[in-house]
Amino acid sequence: MSDMQISGLSKVFGGLRATDDVSFHIAPGTVHSIIGPNGAGKTTLLNLMTGIYEPTAGEVTLGGQSLLGKPFHARVAMGLGRTFQTPQICHGMSAIENVMLGSHLGLDGRLLPSMLRLPGIVRGDEACREAAAGWMRYVGLERYLDAEPGAMPYGALKRLEIARALAGKPRLILLDEPAAGLGATEKAELSRLICRLRDEGVTAVLVEHDMKLVMSVSQHVVVLNYGKKLAEGTPDEVSRNPDVIAAYLGRTH
Amino acid sequence: MSDIDKAIGMPRGLSTAGGPRLRLAGQGGVLLLAAILLLLPWLLRSGFQYHMAVMIGIHAVIAIGLNLLVGYAGQISLGHAGFMAIGAYGTAILSSRFGWPPLLGVVVSAAAAGLLAFAVGRPILRLKGYYLAMATLGLGMIIYLLISNEVWLTGGPDGLSLPMLSLFGQDVDSPKVWYGIVAVLLLVAYWMAGNLVNSPLGRALRSLEGPEALSAAAGVDVSASKVRIFTVSAVVTAFMGGIGALYAGFISPKSADFMQSIELVLMVILGGMGSIPGAVAGAAIVTLLPQVLTAVEHYEPLIYGLILILVMVLMPKGLVPTLAHRLRRSRS
Amino acid sequence: MTEFLQYLMTGLTVGSIYGLVALGFVIVYNSSNVINFAQGDLQMLGGMLAVAFLAAGLPLPVAIVLGVAGGGIAGLALYKWAIRPARQAGPLALVVITLGVALVLRGGAELLWGRGYFSLPEFSGHETLNLFGVTIVPQSLWVIGITAVVVVGLSRFFQSSKTGKAIIATSLDPDAATLMGIDTGRMKLLCFGLGGVLAAVAGVVIAPIAFTYSTVGLMLGLKGFVAAVLGGLGNFRGALAGGLVLGITETMMSGYGRSDYKDAVAFLLILVILIFMPRGLFGAAGGERV
Repeated sequence: MSDMQISGLSKVFGGLRATDDVSFHIAPGTVHSIIGPNGAGKTTLLNLMTGIYEPTAGEVTLGGQSLLGKPFHARVAMGLGRTFQTPQICHGMSAIENVMLGSHLGLDGRLLPSMLRLPGIVRGDEACREAAAGWMRYVGLERYLDAEPGAMPYGALKRLEIARALAGKPRLILLDEPAAGLGATEKAELSRLICRLRDEGVTAVLVEHDMKLVMSVSQHVVVLNYGKKLAEGTPDEVSRNPDVIAAYLGRTH
Repeated sequence: MSDIDKAIGMPRGLSTAGGPRLRLAGQGGVLLLAAILLLLPWLLRSGFQYHMAVMIGIHAVIAIGLNLLVGYAGQISLGHAGFMAIGAYGTAILSSRFGWPPLLGVVVSAAAAGLLAFAVGRPILRLKGYYLAMATLGLGMIIYLLISNEVWLTGGPDGLSLPMLSLFGQDVDSPKVWYGIVAVLLLVAYWMAGNLVNSPLGRALRSLEGPEALSAAAGVDVSASKVRIFTVSAVVTAFMGGIGALYAGFISPKSADFMQSIELVLMVILGGMGSIPGAVAGAAIVTLLPQVLTAVEHYEPLIYGLILILVMVLMPKGLVPTLAHRLRRSRS
Repeated sequence: MTEFLQYLMTGLTVGSIYGLVALGFVIVYNSSNVINFAQGDLQMLGGMLAVAFLAAGLPLPVAIVLGVAGGGIAGLALYKWAIRPARQAGPLALVVITLGVALVLRGGAELLWGRGYFSLPEFSGHETLNLFGVTIVPQSLWVIGITAVVVVGLSRFFQSSKTGKAIIATSLDPDAATLMGIDTGRMKLLCFGLGGVLAAVAGVVIAPIAFTYSTVGLMLGLKGFVAAVLGGLGNFRGALAGGLVLGITETMMSGYGRSDYKDAVAFLLILVILIFMPRGLFGAAGGERV
């Protein structure tokens, strides 16, 4: 068992149940997708997982440990990685430095040794630079090592974020609409990247609108509607589920 | 070990072209600064010119410390003159009223400023943008008003005199010796700041400039990190405030007022946000400008204001980053 | 009690002035997200211009109108030549630019009129009134009255005139406003002009009670800014209320407490408010402005 277990999770805003008694399990080494029409509560669920909101009821655990009450950065320290719908990139740093930022948690962060550039700091920094270059190559960004993020195309920034999240060596990585804003070629590349992650046993959760991507990369799909879990199963099962078909056809989105 | 790591294994032997070159550039900056500081005495003719060089050096160290906060971590402070004043007045009171060794006074005052920054940092740094500007301004003004009004302790508007600094049993009274002291401090500050911004901790601090979600997603504890860099910059500023007071031999509340805070921020912004050489250049300009303008005495604020507007309109990123960018472009 | 009422009266007078400057801050901030650090110096300019026109032989009402107009023109010029050319710059750069403008105004005033202290004659004589034992300077009534007129006039303007509505649309959503055919650049220009007028009005009405001099703008601007933040920065009524709260607290402090810490009140208040009520005393409900 493990990795992420979501049980009876609810979030009420005013009178609105944005997330309503949702439970599911994310097994290690699988790619899960969370889908649903607009306003189904996908973003709220994601924010509950990362600690931006605290749930009204329910529990979220990662690797058997409860995540509740912990701020986002502490959850990251416990092995939760995340990318954003619009890439969040630090423009004051080069591309590779952005990826290096992702792995700072495992490194010596004491002030005085950092200022004096003691040998331990130098070793950690060099290892982290090398690893970051590796991750950039992994996501196909090797030509952008020292580029300024401002000069990189949108699709590259999205992959830069994935590299940063991977550099933190997360137990589980949350990808928030990774395909949004990408062209057809970029989507195909993204699909290959996620398949590669899946084949290498990375646990990943996708929140995604692009059904073609979802169906081709995920092993398990959770469908939300009006904050509730409508269905879950393999892509095949879900796409044949009459409730799911009704939910998607019955609402414009 | 995470699942990802086990699954993929770490790629090895990849080109890290950016790394060594960037670091060399950092060390190159220190070497260049050392060369300038060594050669400068050949150009300095009068005691007054030495005086200006010492003042630039003191301001440059403060600007480097402030740039860590404002330029790199993106958190504005309009109250740093308050920390400077804590260093200056702390040193003056401890050394002249209590007879402490002046340097001990500097260190203790800097630590006190650090404690204050640490204590007020968490609630204040939760604020953003103009609100943070306002809160730090308020903090600085309160320190200024305390200094102006608590006459029994600070001498009020009359100010306080400080004893002469003595090193190894020798009184330090020559501008040349002061030049040497400040030059060493500047080099150390320049080197340490460069190390910091290129360390893992430094990258965590630099990420604070962006949206909070970005830092948090990288595992950075945003509020603790902000307090940390705020405290560092307060300690540096107070330390140099103490050194500056010892150098001047006298301090008055004027050194703690709002315009002083503004001048410190100007050094950072004019020279270049997030640029260590920029902080030094900014300190030099802001320190020298009033001297240059004395020739046109009556126009001083007018010209000062016009220069600010023009520089900001023409190069909003500050002098050094803008010029470096143009240089790179013309080369390629 | 009489003493308290006396302080209250003084506080209301001073507070009205802070409120006017704060309104200028808010109008400029809402339309273009700029904190105009020259706001206090525009106030100084208004007062100084009126003094100068009076000295040049013009009758007082004309001098007053010209002083106010001068503040408005300076506000327009500030936007046209300093803010607009740098519109792609970040907020910090804009802070520096407006500080630069503040210095230019101060320097210009020193150049033209020197570093002396000036005042205007009172608008309607200097015979004091007595109400329940409280001595009232007629100019105080002018200050409070004019502030009230300005506030009512402004809310009318924003609620019912076409231009006023266009300004509000610009501050709510500049892109949508542009799509609706509103010239947002023009609206921002107008707001800077309006900010200048408000500051100059404050400068002119207070000039018979408090001296005006080249460096007076700094503290006035800071206090106006404090008042604006107290009111939630972006909130119209809040700004005026913030000014009154600040003025009254300050006067009470110097009356009952230590007058040398009068100026500290503003800054202590702002720290407490920002730390415990980050959205200001009268919390802007329209979302976080950070």
